[in-house]
Amino acid sequence: MDLSAINPILLLASLMVAATPILLAAIGELVVERAGVLNLGVEGMMITGAICGFAVAVGTGSPWLGFMGAALGGALLSLLFGVLTQYLLSNQVATGLALTLFGLGLSALMGQGYIGIKAPAFPDIHIPLLGDIPVIGPIVFQHDPLVYVGLLLTGGVWWFLHKTRGGLILRAVGENHDAAHALGYKVIKVRMLAIAFGGACAGLGGAYLSLVRVPQWTEGMTAGAGWIALAIVVFAGWKPWRLLLGAYLFGGVTVLQLNLQAAGLAIPVEYLSMSPYLATIVVLVIMSAGRAPGSLGRIFHASR
Amino acid sequence: MVASLGMPALAQDKTKVGFVFVGPVGDGGWTYEHNQGRLALEAEFGDAVETVFVESVPEGPDAERVMTQMALGGADLIFTTSFGYMDQTMNIAAKFPDVKFEHATGFKRADNVSTYSARFYEGRAVQGHIAGSMTKSNIVGYIGSFPIPEVIRGINSAYLHAKKVNPDVEFKIVWAYTWFDPAKEAEAATVLIEQGADVILQHTDSTAPQAAAQAAGNVITFGQASDMAEFGPTPRVSSIIDNWAPYYIARTKAVMDGTWTSTDTWDGIGAGMVGIGEITDAVPAEVKASAEALRDQIAAGDYHPFIGPINKQDGSAWLADGETADDGTLAGMNFYVEGIVGDIPQ
Repeated sequence: MDLSAINPILLLASLMVAATPILLAAIGELVVERAGVLNLGVEGMMITGAICGFAVAVGTGSPWLGFMGAALGGALLSLLFGVLTQYLLSNQVATGLALTLFGLGLSALMGQGYIGIKAPAFPDIHIPLLGDIPVIGPIVFQHDPLVYVGLLLTGGVWWFLHKTRGGLILRAVGENHDAAHALGYKVIKVRMLAIAFGGACAGLGGAYLSLVRVPQWTEGMTAGAGWIALAIVVFAGWKPWRLLLGAYLFGGVTVLQLNLQAAGLAIPVEYLSMSPYLATIVVLVIMSAGRAPGSLGRIFHASR
Repeated sequence: MVASLGMPALAQDKTKVGFVFVGPVGDGGWTYEHNQGRLALEAEFGDAVETVFVESVPEGPDAERVMTQMALGGADLIFTTSFGYMDQTMNIAAKFPDVKFEHATGFKRADNVSTYSARFYEGRAVQGHIAGSMTKSNIVGYIGSFPIPEVIRGINSAYLHAKKVNPDVEFKIVWAYTWFDPAKEAEAATVLIEQGADVILQHTDSTAPQAAAQAAGNVITFGQASDMAEFGPTPRVSSIIDNWAPYYIARTKAVMDGTWTSTDTWDGIGAGMVGIGEITDAVPAEVKASAEALRDQIAAGDYHPFIGPINKQDGSAWLADGETADDGTLAGMNFYVEGIVGDIPQ
């Protein structure tokens, strides 16, 4: 074993990159669930975002337009879920699962012409001054812009939920939709907006895989990241900062276990492979999970 | 015997051939090449055959369901194209004695189950030769999928031939525990590069490690299962190409003629089942020439990649001077050769 082969600075830096797709998808789903809607279609929206983003980026040559296309694609797919569950009152669990299967199939179809094509480069930005600080600079301030978008979104969601009137309304709708309705708030409108936001975030997360992390299009490339995002929302107790911790923890242990393997650590690989899941669950459970929003997953109809 | 009895009825309608794939046909690697074989089959026989396939079938109970459905749907011949389908193939073959099964890379056979595989380790020898010659950091990263004989054989073969040209070479091996997960494969490649590797060999199916190497710069890779030429001239400097088409055509023909019998096929570079993709100009001319000479020697049968003296990892003797490995040992290989650091996960 040669632990000196592991560079802690590179390890911490790649942790932030590995966590970003999950963080983006999870922060969107957190808002959706705080509004009282359980959308299990995160995986489907992610993979759709991955191909939409890839297709737009290849078509226009601009990764930024690609990310916008990804957000749009994810949001459109999520609105399908929104119409089915909010207006046609279908079961949220079944519809969400169907959305995942639909998204996987749709993305495979859309991606037919994009196999083996390279994405336009999306360079890391080297933040002046801050990026030159020893140790901290390379870890925190020399990433691609989407890493910071993820962090800003997390802070923004926290601020919105806890410091603004709109956030209060959204939480009221999620806690007790009948009471919110009685107060005159438009339950379905609020939820549709939350669902679209969740879809856009999941789309961004997927595009981060296809445009930055991998970067290319392959069918089924999200490989379960959406399910991990869903789990992290629950284990983080629907709280944005804990969700950030959970995503970084998961990303960190994933990268660490590969590093330990490459360094030749004498722990059986099977234990290392399961460690990211185990570590994330244990830490977030110990921190005691929060309470689920009161109306989570329940169907709302004004006449009932 | 069974085949000849069934033939008169079968001859009147199309021969139906089923394929069970472990990944998506668009993975750009392993499954992609099997699907190319399937398309070649359709092109060869036209209306006389009908092919069906199911992609991304997990290596578990689901595979049995897929095979059962194919058999009930009238398939005459079913190719199951991943090691992890072995027991499932045996189970379903026992239930459908009139259907022929062909299991890739496995070692269990029955009257209606054949096995076929390619001697990828021959291609790995050429890769190891180039890797050992070209590495400057003397660290070669290897992304393994699952610790099965097929993968271990590849690691051993690549290591032996890298060591031959570069005694200081060291292999860092990471097990991904997946055949196909682009994000994880990219991460594994990045980690290996961060730990000093300037050559990445992969035994997983996506092109993600190629993209990661390209982003890092100054790292070379090899196409796996498929040519992956879109990543040339660097990082991809050569590749192992699986060419299943001739085998699929021959076996389907055998079913049509009623001459199909249970066989064990294991072909290499010589028979054309393993192809070595073009070695690009990023490789120095003399290395390219010696690599091609090695390839031609193997193809002609003049050289066996596992030729003694070779010791096992623990230092015990395996092959004496001049002795070559027998197929039985190779098929069940579960040990590293001397010099590789680390344990095989059990």
